[in-house]
Amino acid sequence: MTDQSAIRNPQSAIQVAFTLNGSPISAEIDLTDRLLDTLRYRLGLTGTKEGCGEGECGACTVYLDGLPVNSCLVPTYQVRGRRVETVESLPPARLDPLLTHGATQCGACTPGVAMTSCWIIDHPELLATHAVRELLAGNLCRCTGYDGILDGIAAAMQARP
Amino acid sequence: MKLFQPASLAEACEILAGERGVVPMAGGTDLLVHWPARAAEHDKGYLDLSGLSELRGVRWTDGELQLGALATYWDVIADQQAARELPLLVQAARLVGAIQIQARGTWAGNIVNASPAADGVPVLMAYDAVVVLQSARGREEVVLADFYRGYKQLRKTDDQLVAAIRVPRRSYTVQQFHKVGSRRAQAIAKVGLALTRSAAGWRVVAASMAPTIRRCPGLEQLLETGADVREPEALHAAIASDTSPIDDIRSSAEYRRRVMARVLFAALRA
Amino acid sequence: MRRQPPPVYSLIVHRLEGLAKLTGREQYVDDLPLEGFLWGATVRSPAPRGRVTAIRFDPAIDWSQFTVVDHRDIPGPNVIALIESDQPVLAPGYVRHVHEAVLLLAHPDRAVLRRAAAAVRIEVAPEPAVTDFRVVPRPDQIQYGADNVLKHLHISKGDVERALAGAPIVVEGVYETGAQEHVYLEPQGMIATLEGDVLVVRGSMQCPYYILKALRYALGRDETRLRVIQTPTGGGFGGKEEYPSTIALHAALLALKSGKPVKIVYDRGEDMAATTKRHPSLVRHRTGVTPDGRLLAQDIAVVMDGGAYVTLSPVVLSRGIIHAAGPYACDHVRIDGRAMFTNAVPFGAFRGFGAPQTHFANERHMDRIAARLGLDPAELRRRNLLRDEESTATGQVIRDGADRRAVLEQALSLADYDAKRSAHLRFNASSATTRRGIGVATFHHGAGFTGSGEAMLASRLAVAGLADGSIEIRSANIEMGQGTLTVFTALAAERLGIEPSAVRIAAADTARVPNSGPTVASRTAMVVGRLVERACDDLRRRLDLASSTEGDVRTAIRSWYETHPGAELVGEATYEPPPGVVWDDARYRGDAYGTFGWGAYVAEVEVDLRTYETRVIDFVAVQDVGKVLHEVLARGQVQGGVAQAIGWALLEDCRWKDGAMANAQLTNYLIPTSDDLPRIRVAFLETPYAYGAQGAKGLGELPMDGPAPAIVNAVAAATGADPCVIPLTPERLMTIADFGLRNAESKGQGTGS
Repeated sequence: MTDQSAIRNPQSAIQVAFTLNGSPISAEIDLTDRLLDTLRYRLGLTGTKEGCGEGECGACTVYLDGLPVNSCLVPTYQVRGRRVETVESLPPARLDPLLTHGATQCGACTPGVAMTSCWIIDHPELLATHAVRELLAGNLCRCTGYDGILDGIAAAMQARP
Repeated sequence: MKLFQPASLAEACEILAGERGVVPMAGGTDLLVHWPARAAEHDKGYLDLSGLSELRGVRWTDGELQLGALATYWDVIADQQAARELPLLVQAARLVGAIQIQARGTWAGNIVNASPAADGVPVLMAYDAVVVLQSARGREEVVLADFYRGYKQLRKTDDQLVAAIRVPRRSYTVQQFHKVGSRRAQAIAKVGLALTRSAAGWRVVAASMAPTIRRCPGLEQLLETGADVREPEALHAAIASDTSPIDDIRSSAEYRRRVMARVLFAALRA
Repeated sequence: MRRQPPPVYSLIVHRLEGLAKLTGREQYVDDLPLEGFLWGATVRSPAPRGRVTAIRFDPAIDWSQFTVVDHRDIPGPNVIALIESDQPVLAPGYVRHVHEAVLLLAHPDRAVLRRAAAAVRIEVAPEPAVTDFRVVPRPDQIQYGADNVLKHLHISKGDVERALAGAPIVVEGVYETGAQEHVYLEPQGMIATLEGDVLVVRGSMQCPYYILKALRYALGRDETRLRVIQTPTGGGFGGKEEYPSTIALHAALLALKSGKPVKIVYDRGEDMAATTKRHPSLVRHRTGVTPDGRLLAQDIAVVMDGGAYVTLSPVVLSRGIIHAAGPYACDHVRIDGRAMFTNAVPFGAFRGFGAPQTHFANERHMDRIAARLGLDPAELRRRNLLRDEESTATGQVIRDGADRRAVLEQALSLADYDAKRSAHLRFNASSATTRRGIGVATFHHGAGFTGSGEAMLASRLAVAGLADGSIEIRSANIEMGQGTLTVFTALAAERLGIEPSAVRIAAADTARVPNSGPTVASRTAMVVGRLVERACDDLRRRLDLASSTEGDVRTAIRSWYETHPGAELVGEATYEPPPGVVWDDARYRGDAYGTFGWGAYVAEVEVDLRTYETRVIDFVAVQDVGKVLHEVLARGQVQGGVAQAIGWALLEDCRWKDGAMANAQLTNYLIPTSDDLPRIRVAFLETPYAYGAQGAKGLGELPMDGPAPAIVNAVAAATGADPCVIPLTPERLMTIADFGLRNAESKGQGTGS
């Protein structure tokens, strides 16, 4: 058993080193922290929102090693050595098609929607097997009826070379 | 909370053998639901499997598909061979939550979570999957159809870890999966039905129809005899003997029984 | 009137705060930096009714580390000030619904606080509770007045009894709608801070001045020592109209007692379980018609479940009954409305505010009349839609120039209604497992407050010129996704002839902005937007500029400051009712609203006969809401409203236990995902309204009214079944279709089932 393999003191915080938005970081966390808690309350990255805490709404979507995941369902200790990207990593210019087509209204689901949308836009090969509506189904939006989001994704995909 | 982050499967098995009540953690998609509000869970010990590369991945051999304990739904969705050869795995995987869950949720986790409404288990069971259990004492294999003894009761001791799932490669003449949820995506099954036919015979597996996912021997026998089923109602007796659906906040026993008969009937006609 | 070219600024202004939202920079209440604060938690009643006999604190916990507040800590009256004074801030030893707040706790560590809140046991000696608003209560269940009726309202026009007696055909029906949870994606949250002697409350809200009023009353503090500031609000839909007063009071009480900032943010489960929902309803119709489909008499009885306190039920009921007879001409109308007390978590404001419930009943009823007469449902509507100079149920003469038949015809044409009807007949004859159908609904929605409500509000708004030549709009109306910031900016820029970048909008902060009224009732763009325009005009007058769009306002503002050192340039406007609007609140007669929006929606559905699942495969929404101020925002409002209404019609099923939601999780209370919806096709006709900003009428709520009946009408057309209840879940449709019941009464909408 390695030193790190068992952390027995329930009070003790641990250090977790990972790559966050392209830069290495080491964060002190509580063992019970979800990645969402670590991002929001320890690192001050409040762009990632908590909508439900049960993996239903997708407002807390981040990329873990390049795939969208619900950060409310990821124990932070599991991101050790891995790559995490949050909404703060998205270049604003990429979001322009979403803005102009009405993809955001109240904005609470929006960071998660932006993350999933950009992932879809970056993986046009998925559309051979999947409809955008299916790929977006893990992001609940109560304002737009999704059409503004779908239009924004379609416009962005069309604009790609 | 106690956390164990083993460096190997062998080490993981030692921890399970030595510590009581340690919970293995793979993708966390079941264990972390409503996590902040479930304080009692914070006092447990957890065995983090995520660093064990030997448990990752989807492997094809001549005779079978092997899913490592960390193989996710997305791993299978992204596997071209799976779509061609064992399409029900891909169909079911696409109906587990959405991408955010598919990227994290594991087939092994779906098996040990033992929900009667699981999506991954019915198709694995219809393909005669075998659960590979590893412990410090050695290796054991249990056919998935025999893995559940009752509601959340597993044929697995506390020191055993699901290390892999083996799915035989066969040629099928019938392969169907139907999930009836309350909405198209991200829904928990109200009725699930996996149906296969191969040289090994018919497999009819029902989800959300009993305390566990289960094969339906009465229906399988009915199909083996080649009986001419002329209306959904002709399936009711076998469904009644094979299943025991309940009323809950998601649906009613009556709905489950009738819809299972209608879905199965339509599937057989197709 | 057909489309007008959109105003120049609405074309160039994208949602102003949109990029901040897309990049995650927008800071909601739980995102605000806050130092040295306590988290607050609420301990709630486990029982629907009874005396609190004990509150037991687990002795294993050191309670001295916690701030603990109960009803004895309330400085003023223990009342959440709203319409009536019946609802306590914290239950004073007696509870009337499950999840009623009894005790408050605060602690710096949220995890420690959660454990502690779970370790307080509230014991209640149970008394007989009412959980089904449809049933006459027993004497031991009476808890409000003599009969548990929270509000009774009546509308009468003509002589219904005589007209019914003389009618050749009378069609009857009973219709039920379920509760609906708002599911704004940002849960409720508030921060209370003492800044010197001023208690500052920040948070997610629709109505800063409602909260100010509630704080003033229960805390016994005058307004100089109170300040309410709205933070960016992640959806409201009515759910953040009245409820935030409660959470603001709770945070304030904890902050006052602890002397520290206190933050309360509900998690999703608490938000769904403890906050308001849409009122469940039961509506009975008895309608006299001629064989060719002319409405002779409408006799309508509306009952709504109000829950355990009055809250907004009287006004929800009011809007419900005023819309209950639909947008049709009929000389003899009687509408009786009751809101009932039950021991359920109080029902409250929700987009549409009672009208979606009564429109569902009326529009479903219209289709059943059409079926009885052998008429095409669209034709029945064509024959009865109001024409100008005809009057509504309250006797309001409609003369707005809008062409309600044109709205209907455009919807039918876009949906390809006639061709689809024939195609479905062929399809249904050939498919073993699928049925298709198309359904229509025509409806209206009164914009702004009901009756004399707007006049009583007397909303005020200011537009200040700033020394740098820019302007600042000061209003209490908030952005919650519907586009207030963008529309106000566009209106002011257009009115003053300045660039949108020169327009700022002040935070909705009661210390800085006048009371321009609540952000509710589809009033913001129409009523308050008009105040923006008039305040801009006033500003222009103060600058001695002509009222034309000529003249460089920005230069004039800068010059004004040079000649008025130390002064502030402020243009003001106060609401003035449109001329000729007369409402008799005692008799419920007259002009219920300044104007109405008109809609015709068409839904096409596919029903899976194996599973009884209904899928909406096409949806067309055509409406005349006056001038459309911003194409993208307006379309988004309609699409989002339709989506929310599709959820209410088919998916969203509140399951009840003891008057509380038993499925208070997003896993078990399902709202539509992108995969559950079709593209929602939207078109506008534009008949400008002279008293709305640039000719706009209210828009936000109208889209909630039409979808449910259009969809259920389509299901009826597809299956031949006669469903009259929503949510029309597959389980309910199975019962109705297979057993031929009118609706699933055995599994109805009572909150105790």
